Amino acid sequence: MTDLLIVGGRLIDPANGLDAQLDVLLRDGRVSAVGKSLSASDSVRYDATGCIVTPGFVDLHAHLREPGFEQKGTIATETLAALRGGFTTICAMPNTVPAPDSAPVVAALLERIARDARVRVFAIGAVTRGRDGKALASLSEAAEAGCVAFSDDGSPVADGQLMRNALALLGALGLPLSEHSDDPVLNAGGVMNEGRVSERLGLPGQPAAAEVAAIARNLALAEATGGRLHVAHITTARGLELVAEAKARGLHVTCEVTPSHLFLTEDAVFGSGPEAAYDTNAKINPPLRTEADRLALIRGINDGIIDAIATDHAPHAREDKLCEFDHAAPGIACFETAAGTLLTQVARGELDLGRVVAALTVGPARAWKLDARVAGLGTLSPGAPGDIVILDPARRWTVDTATFATKGKNTPLQGSELLGGVRAVITGGVLRHELEVAHG
Amino acid sequence: MLDVQERPAAGAVEAPAWHRKDLLDTDVLSRAEVELVMETADAMLEVRSRPVGKVATLRGATVVTLFYEQSTRTRASFEVAAKAMGADVVNLTASGSSVEKGESLIDTVRTLEAIGADLLVMRHGKSGAPYLAARHTKAGVINGGDGTHAHPTQALLDLYTMRRHLGGLEGKRVVIVGDVLHSRVARSNIWTLLTAGADVTLCGPATLLPRTLASAGGEHGRVTLTANLDEAMADADVVMALRIQKERQATGLIPSLREYINVYQVNAARAAKAKPGALIMHPGPMNEGIEIAPDIAHGVDSVIEEQVANGVAVRMAVLYLMATARTK
Amino acid sequence: MTGELLLGPGEVARTMRRLAHEIVENNHGTDGLIIVGLLTRGHPLALRLGRLINEFEGVEVPVGSLDIGLYRDDVARRGQPTPLRPSSIPANIDGATVVLVDDVLFTGRSIRAALDALLDFGRPARVRLATLIDRGHRELPIRPDFVGKNIPTALIQEVQVLLKETDGEDAVYVLNTEASHA
Repeated sequence: MTDLLIVGGRLIDPANGLDAQLDVLLRDGRVSAVGKSLSASDSVRYDATGCIVTPGFVDLHAHLREPGFEQKGTIATETLAALRGGFTTICAMPNTVPAPDSAPVVAALLERIARDARVRVFAIGAVTRGRDGKALASLSEAAEAGCVAFSDDGSPVADGQLMRNALALLGALGLPLSEHSDDPVLNAGGVMNEGRVSERLGLPGQPAAAEVAAIARNLALAEATGGRLHVAHITTARGLELVAEAKARGLHVTCEVTPSHLFLTEDAVFGSGPEAAYDTNAKINPPLRTEADRLALIRGINDGIIDAIATDHAPHAREDKLCEFDHAAPGIACFETAAGTLLTQVARGELDLGRVVAALTVGPARAWKLDARVAGLGTLSPGAPGDIVILDPARRWTVDTATFATKGKNTPLQGSELLGGVRAVITGGVLRHELEVAHG
Repeated sequence: MLDVQERPAAGAVEAPAWHRKDLLDTDVLSRAEVELVMETADAMLEVRSRPVGKVATLRGATVVTLFYEQSTRTRASFEVAAKAMGADVVNLTASGSSVEKGESLIDTVRTLEAIGADLLVMRHGKSGAPYLAARHTKAGVINGGDGTHAHPTQALLDLYTMRRHLGGLEGKRVVIVGDVLHSRVARSNIWTLLTAGADVTLCGPATLLPRTLASAGGEHGRVTLTANLDEAMADADVVMALRIQKERQATGLIPSLREYINVYQVNAARAAKAKPGALIMHPGPMNEGIEIAPDIAHGVDSVIEEQVANGVAVRMAVLYLMATARTK
Repeated sequence: MTGELLLGPGEVARTMRRLAHEIVENNHGTDGLIIVGLLTRGHPLALRLGRLINEFEGVEVPVGSLDIGLYRDDVARRGQPTPLRPSSIPANIDGATVVLVDDVLFTGRSIRAALDALLDFGRPARVRLATLIDRGHRELPIRPDFVGKNIPTALIQEVQVLLKETDGEDAVYVLNTEASHA
């Protein structure tokens, strides 16, 4: 295996406090050295001048759709999309059919992953059997089979007693429960954020209070059980305050935000024209919120309160979105725009680049202790996996779903101009993806 | 020879313009567009008053009414209007089943276009469905009521009825009482009334008021929200009662119909607080004795039946404008 | 664009008086007479005829207005709606002699539309046609009964009638438009 030497870039490795023009040498699929003006004989040089070099991104929240929904996406198509987006390690949500709620199903899933995946994929197990919210799944057996976390994502674990038990059992295993914090009664029928736009469009609303109340309950249960609560895709300013307060008190709580909620608001449903768009591609659960919420989430990244930026990549087939807003499936295909929107927000001065990189790398790796499974994951420490993203902050491009690797063309960003994106991605020390642009 | 370039060209009535393929809501209509509908409706009302209350203007045009939700009044009103304009009318009632998939809606719309539909009048239980349809057909789409969103022709006929009694709406106070949150009639009325310069007061139980619409007011009129009907009625020029759906009680949005009647029914005592002669309106169908007292619904100040008659004229106007604007 | 003045205020007034006399004479009086002007400029002319007949005969003849927008044969071709106004027919036209009044008679298509419009109001005994100007170029077999002035024109020309009621002055011009405008 040929060594790969990446030179001339601005290297950002938050785990090691590095942000400087440094080279990185990959040998035998791992990080071998980071330093100034490195040289190595027999190595392939990659000139990253003008680019940002970071550890490969770690995504705690992705929907690969296989098994059960192959028309929306497969492990092969969605992990290729992840690769192109810079996500070299992803965690697959269990809302598949069958759901990974027992050791055999998890084992079968991991077999498919071993066969088809283009990036490292961890499996998230279901909290309840068949994700039905009624009875607990075989948590410890699924954990034994390889699940790194548990979630019923798409739905909350609405039953408080069940949630308490799950947190207690998983806490004893040291595993996080990633909870889609929501109150299905308060949210009944809601299809977008409750507020100005929903009232304008006559669409049933999902009140912020439904998320805030659920987060409050889940924090209380985590505290009572010693469980490790991970608040998935947090969207509300008030919810984030609750998480910050719980962290300050020393609870085992972590949280994530999606690039979509950092970049967009409920206005995306109305669209930018004078006439309402009812853009089903902006339908996502939890919903896009208000500008005040968005700004609070941005502060959460810049303050380091939010542990991870997770894509909630959710590909859908065309017909799942080509319908009435109420009937449309929620979700945004996010892998291939995440770096673009985040870098655009860095360029606008909204987001701090170092914090963004941390939230895409070491933040999620440590939040779920994935670095205990893969040493050095999310860092460029010697011996860490040779997973690298090379970002071009000057690249101006227009989102065009026709170029997407994902089966899901569902994004409200189609046609948007972004500043900054992925130029090249390396996994296991090998260049796996490179944008077709001239470089020296 | 005389140079007449400075002279205003004879016959240069300022050409009113209608460029809309679709009429989906009133929120995008300019004052001039609303004015054009109103003036055209004047002509249509005159046509309706003739011994032969119809014309052949739209002969050769096909109007399809596509109703996914039950409605007798709106559908009949559109059908009468289209026939009075000489158009061919095809009525389709789609199954109201909740599993109507989007794909089938688009298929249906495209099929109707292929059959030769020029205008599609669509009623649908889901907000925004006509917007989806309009994007997938070259036929003009008229929103005949979508979910809890909009009902533009109802708002236009309401405005038309108010104008016939009040003249302009500038500075007038219009009170809309009831389940405003779930009312497509109220929502579309807010936009036309604001465009016309009226002040709108939305009144109902706090659970049924759209709280954020208070900021909808613009340079002309204002929107005010209140849960106090007596307060709302003071100095009102128009009082519009909305139909209350009985299922609001089942979902706990109101404690009981009895309580709703006690607090929010438009009755004689409350109407007396409005300006003398204030118009009493209702988009129908009425629950007499619930949101409105029968003696008020049929009293001297009620224009409820007139709304229905004006509805045909206003819909004729809309059909005329849309059908003639889209032909070449 | 240049224009040639064909009739000034005095000539318009004289012509209208003559037309009023001819209408009464032709009808053997004012019995059963209803005057209906086409909107826009036929209507003030009809009102003038009504006033003149009242001056001469001391009789109020009913005067109405007729909008032909809904009856035009090019409704579906214009790509824009024609502005509409309500018609006003003040008396029962069944069995009456209706005199349609317009400012300029040209292709005859407006009069065709006006006949259709009028017949939606009833069945007159006879319909006559009065026009201030007949400029020729008929495309339909329509012939005026009372003509203020015959003006031979070229197709590229336009006849412009200005009236006090609508334009602030009485005058008739022939305009020579650009050839491309025709």
